[in-house]
Amino acid sequence: MSDCFINGIASISAQPTTDPDMFLEELISYHENIFRCHDPNYKDYIKPAAMRRMSKSVKMGVTTASMALKDSGVEIPDAIITGTGMGCKQDSEKFLENILHNDEQFLTPTLFIQSTHNTVGGQVALGLGCKAYNVTYVQGAASFETSVMDAQLMLSEESGKNILVGGIDEIAKNSTLLHKLDGQIKEEDIDIITLLDSNTSGTVASEGATFMVLGAKTDKSLANIIDVETISEATPDEIKADIEKFLLRQGLSVDDIDAVVLGNNGDIKYDNYYKNLQSSIFSNIEQLCYKHLIGDYYVASSFGFWLACKIFATNQIPSVLKVNDVTAKNHNNVLLYNQYLGKNHSIALLQRC
Amino acid sequence: MAELREELKEKLIEQLSLEDVEVSEIGDDDPLFGDGLGLDSIDALELIVLLEKDYGIKLKDPKEGKAIFESIGVMADYISKHRTK
Repeated sequence: MSDCFINGIASISAQPTTDPDMFLEELISYHENIFRCHDPNYKDYIKPAAMRRMSKSVKMGVTTASMALKDSGVEIPDAIITGTGMGCKQDSEKFLENILHNDEQFLTPTLFIQSTHNTVGGQVALGLGCKAYNVTYVQGAASFETSVMDAQLMLSEESGKNILVGGIDEIAKNSTLLHKLDGQIKEEDIDIITLLDSNTSGTVASEGATFMVLGAKTDKSLANIIDVETISEATPDEIKADIEKFLLRQGLSVDDIDAVVLGNNGDIKYDNYYKNLQSSIFSNIEQLCYKHLIGDYYVASSFGFWLACKIFATNQIPSVLKVNDVTAKNHNNVLLYNQYLGKNHSIALLQRC
Repeated sequence: MAELREELKEKLIEQLSLEDVEVSEIGDDDPLFGDGLGLDSIDALELIVLLEKDYGIKLKDPKEGKAIFESIGVMADYISKHRTK
């Protein structure tokens, strides 16, 4: 793969993560299994006239895109690529409710326009006046990684481009409730800090957005994305073999990895994918988890990219992330692994610049 | 008529998500588009639906909206003359 540097990144999550000078020093505790993100003051980033029609995911996406661009020093990107598992669910639900309540008549345009998966990518482009390549990937829990892979391919053809890549997903009243009914969300409310030891099925649901600017190395580069791979379905042992092959392709072995960022979400039915790795090939590597802080959503793995960048930038690991007793001397190679319901596995290797 | 004007102002704020606007800030003769309230073409479509849904007025030619939606006062006049509910 050609060089694919992260030159700016921003994330909105259930924790206060938008202050560039903070790295999980202040944490919010949640005692429920569906919780919203910690909102920044969106008016600082979006004009009131534009914001009045925006749903949560659009506000989160436009704001993090703006922050990431500012962080990178790029004004207008050469491409905008977004990933989302469910798109703009809130406005989709309102539009469908209007269809039902008004007997399929009197449908207004705003909710329809704002209810598609690519609404966020479109709104970011409209706000910037950017008419460049604009694509949205909807690939379940691998939506964000698929967007990154598209950006990598684009950079391999033309390395001088600056590409805005983001992941966004929001909570919505009815569709999130459906995830509770089908067992994806825990039945019992829990203190989320105890999520990883909950020993019950299901996880906790939240929302968030992460955007980053990818391109050639600059003096603002935070990390190099060495490679990203997605696997649709695999057994825990197949994933173990896939990770070793993935590293081998980079000329590395597991011993070269300083820390692994894992997507454990407290679901007893599927966390064995992570535990199988934690007790074997990763047993001597520093292990970090984050979904007991931000909950789970289809692009939650994008938060792992933000974590890796913060680790490289600050040389610090907040203790709340650590799930084993191993501490790396240096953090040069950070491996990310995530899956959801045993599907949409993603592996990414980030390297310090 | 004054009651209808107030009702329209409230509906405009709610339907068009004018979060930072108060009823008292909208003058009866203030232009709704352009330099006035700053509404745009999507809002015009929302207003056409509002006329039909709440007052039973179906605009046959959407271009009629340009004159009808000039201000709250003009809108209220038109509605009071043409409403079917």
